[in-house]
Amino acid sequence: MPGITREEVAHLGRLARLELSGEELDHFAQQLDDIIGAVARVSEVAGEDVPPTSHPLPLTNVMRPDTVRPSLTPDQALSGAPAQEQQRFKVPQILGEES
Amino acid sequence: MSDIIRLTAAQTAARIAAGELTAVEVTEAHLARIEAVDEKVHAFLHVDREGALAQARAVDAKRAAGEPLGPLAGVPLAMKDIFTTEGVPTTVGSRILEGWIPPYDATVTKKLKAADVVIIGKTNMDEFAMGSSTENSAYGPTGNPWDLTRVPGGSGGGSAAALASYQAPLALGTDTGGSIRQPAAVTATVGVKPTYGGVSRYGMVAFSSSLDQGGPCARTVLDAALLHEVIAGHDPMDSTSIDAPVPPVVEAARSGDVTGLRVGVVKEFGGEGYQPGVVQRFNESVELLRGLGAEIVELSCPSFTYALAAYYLISPSECSSNLARFDAMRYGLRVGDDGTRSAEEVTALTREAGFGPEVKRRIILGTYALSSGYYDAYYGSAQKVRTLITRDFERAFERVDVIVSPTTPTTAFPIGERADDPMAMYLADLCTIPTNLAGNAAMSLPCGLAPEDGLPVGLQIIAPALRDDRLYRVGAAVEAAFVAKWGHPLLEEAPQL
Repeated sequence: MPGITREEVAHLGRLARLELSGEELDHFAQQLDDIIGAVARVSEVAGEDVPPTSHPLPLTNVMRPDTVRPSLTPDQALSGAPAQEQQRFKVPQILGEES
Repeated sequence: MSDIIRLTAAQTAARIAAGELTAVEVTEAHLARIEAVDEKVHAFLHVDREGALAQARAVDAKRAAGEPLGPLAGVPLAMKDIFTTEGVPTTVGSRILEGWIPPYDATVTKKLKAADVVIIGKTNMDEFAMGSSTENSAYGPTGNPWDLTRVPGGSGGGSAAALASYQAPLALGTDTGGSIRQPAAVTATVGVKPTYGGVSRYGMVAFSSSLDQGGPCARTVLDAALLHEVIAGHDPMDSTSIDAPVPPVVEAARSGDVTGLRVGVVKEFGGEGYQPGVVQRFNESVELLRGLGAEIVELSCPSFTYALAAYYLISPSECSSNLARFDAMRYGLRVGDDGTRSAEEVTALTREAGFGPEVKRRIILGTYALSSGYYDAYYGSAQKVRTLITRDFERAFERVDVIVSPTTPTTAFPIGERADDPMAMYLADLCTIPTNLAGNAAMSLPCGLAPEDGLPVGLQIIAPALRDDRLYRVGAAVEAAFVAKWGHPLLEEAPQL
């Protein structure tokens, strides 16, 4: 898939919550083009009849009894938080002014 | 240089158990070595001096009280900074977790503590384990002890360099596309990627969950096996952990016999891009195996030529999802929270400031590969290639017991040489990646120095899933034969630091 534009990289950055600089947009557009050009060949080999493998092991849901057991204390859970208040994670506003 | 730091882990533990050395003496000798050489090597991001000495004192107290000691009690270990360690900083080589102190231990950390292994510090790594050279660490590159101007491999270059510079006899790594084996190859140490699911991923910061596997790094095959037995086994905290007995790896490492073993040589692990000296040492290793009584079988695994491409779609896709948790809300860095910006804006600014170029590149690539309209062509096709690679391995293992290849196509390259050429960098993992995609087990061990540059070459041994013991059986035989031929372990030829 040739020709990844600067605008596409900016859009991907927004989807991935990455505020990329102008210089990064130029740089990544070129590099992604090269990388995608090199990896696109995966679509050449496998036909419709080949099932995809997402994981080397068959995954099953793991359940445990619904019982109370020791866990982190609130202080431990909050110990790495950039900001906290009244035993809660303090976050910037979630809703914009226009909401 | 103190003789203590030259001992293998097995020798160290035996001498501590016999009362000939104390764990405190051993730990102090390694701390002194770190102080003397790590400024040059930069293998460590954090040295836990007090914590290590406290663990060592506990081991000595246990011995004094007549309590039984485990096979690695009192042996220092350097831990890749991707495993959480309660009360000890864990950064994953990234600014986004700078200064973060986890409130809990990874399962592997717990197992090491329970086995009385002394965790001496946290080692440098490519940021979030993304890289093949340890140049992507936010805290600066690690040097290869064989030549400090060259890379020690990646992403576990810090762990491999700590071993090769005698700063620790044991280390821990993680291998997503070769990050244990590839650094082992370029530093003349031993690295093992166990069967996927063989070692718990709980508390190991995730990069690409279907590929990541923690495993042992050591200077000898037996030491790697002893560490493997300590860290392996089923963990109910990890839903991808295999509920099966740990293969008898220590017993295999002690037996070391390849008589009658069928060893496969895959023609796709060769050709363009391989350094002549690497090919020469590999061919000699095959002849050595033949001489030891193994039967050599030539194989073709055509899908392997697509492994690198599939890997560089699957791992960024999983990373773009896994790294979404670094959102500046509950832990780690937060940037731009001045009261006027929304949580979403703060997240985007924090991630821009906290992630390095390789991490951003892979997040963007993964987001692209998973996006609507491209999903089938890229991620979907890569998953099908994964099926084909697994089938190639299954067919191969019907004919042979193990497969051998060079671990890396070239020896260690100079720091900076491939820094701005991602595709050139990605080629370093050419031979290691198929195993991560299929989930089977593999080891790298030293097989000589390339004549053209005098740098170490690694031999890779690959075994079927859950047959990790075969790696150790073959590895121990090859190691013994090489050491007999050279007259000493290869690492002894490394320059003095």
